[in-house]
Amino acid sequence: MCLGIPAQVVAVVDPELGLVKVDVSGVRRTVNTLLLEAQPPLGAWVLIHVGFAMSMIDEDEALRTRTFLESLGEPYDTELDELRSSRVQ
Amino acid sequence: MRHVSEYRTDDVAARLAERIAALVEPGRRYQLMEVCGGHTHTIYRHGIEDLLPAEVELVHGPGCPVCVIPMGRQDDAIAIAERNEVIFTTFGDMLRVPASHGSLLDAKARGADVRIVYSPLDALRIARENPDREVVFFAIGFETTAPSTAVTLLRARAERVANFAVFCNHVTIIPALRAILDSPDLRIDGFIGPGHVSTVIGLRPYRFIARDHRKPVVVSGFEPLDVLQSVYMLLRQINDGRCEVENQYARVVREEGNPQALRAIAETMRLRTTFEWRGLGFIAQSALGLRPELASWDAEERFALAALRVADPKACQCGEVLKGVIRPWECKVFGTACTPERPIGTCMVSSEGACAAYYNYGRLGRRRGRVAAAARAVP
Repeated sequence: MCLGIPAQVVAVVDPELGLVKVDVSGVRRTVNTLLLEAQPPLGAWVLIHVGFAMSMIDEDEALRTRTFLESLGEPYDTELDELRSSRVQ
Repeated sequence: MRHVSEYRTDDVAARLAERIAALVEPGRRYQLMEVCGGHTHTIYRHGIEDLLPAEVELVHGPGCPVCVIPMGRQDDAIAIAERNEVIFTTFGDMLRVPASHGSLLDAKARGADVRIVYSPLDALRIARENPDREVVFFAIGFETTAPSTAVTLLRARAERVANFAVFCNHVTIIPALRAILDSPDLRIDGFIGPGHVSTVIGLRPYRFIARDHRKPVVVSGFEPLDVLQSVYMLLRQINDGRCEVENQYARVVREEGNPQALRAIAETMRLRTTFEWRGLGFIAQSALGLRPELASWDAEERFALAALRVADPKACQCGEVLKGVIRPWECKVFGTACTPERPIGTCMVSSEGACAAYYNYGRLGRRRGRVAAAARAVP
């Protein structure tokens, strides 16, 4: 549960509530960005944790971290399964 | 099993390992605690110990939030979950944690409405969708996770979602480190600091470790090369006689942490006078409870809980594992009575727990290491 997962912002859902849609290894879900200084722009990369963007990261870091997480196998798959079940509003 | 050698990082890892070996001073041992369960997972999953010289020992710390929740709190969670009016929402990791009379999974099998959620915001959504039920979120985690609970509480208050409550078990890492540093059992030369917790709290809270306890700290990322580089940085500090807080994970962790996250915590939670940690006992000001103005959303206010201290099973040595006093395989029940399928202690439940990580990934590597060492010892 402590994994921080790289996600790319693909759509704005509700700017007032700080909700954006992100793509995580092909899984698209809504996350909350209120813990960031400002709402991340489309295309930006963030590290997400339990439905919240925790920090902005650059693309190199995002891709590198994703490769590492994919190499973990089961823990990352479980995280993606749990993300798939999420319907944050 | 896939190890570091299977990845493109192969050469860099080997070079780093050589540089670490070259730093080892004759007759000296280096015991380094990796505080975070995420690091423990990386270390075993990628066979980091196999790459390190025998003089460098990695000791696992208390940074697995699932592992440190004491039996009494888990009993209280199950008591809430078993109430007819309650939908009990939890991260999946907590389902199999053993309590006095089985786990949340057992309670679910007995008919309790226990649901896994990915985010506290999912728990809040379930509350909106079920206005005739009480929806309780089992909040666990260090400073990484507490801000998410905090923002969810602020949303619940703003929207006046009256049937939502949080059973708050958020813990803070610094008092636990202080307890370990004050322990007479202490045998740690330096700390690999937690990466994601530090994105929230920043670097300043670790300074007392360097200043007052004269131990170096390197806040580290989670990839094998991050951990190896952090070991290298710690050995450099130790050999130089320096005690500083260094940031290996500067690509994500900022000196000041995340002010928004800290503000959200401060707005909704306050430090408890004391809190029990599994294995470590009661530690002053080491956990967060909801502020009185959020009492309406506080499960501890809403339900009458036993709030008892319940001793761990006698055979369980999670406490010693969490303090780094013994290694997982030195526990009396490791791999026999206690396995990931039938855990006795929490360290065997979470994939970030030292015992589960070692059980799943470490054993073969260690055996191979022993064989290699024996082969080297033969003239």
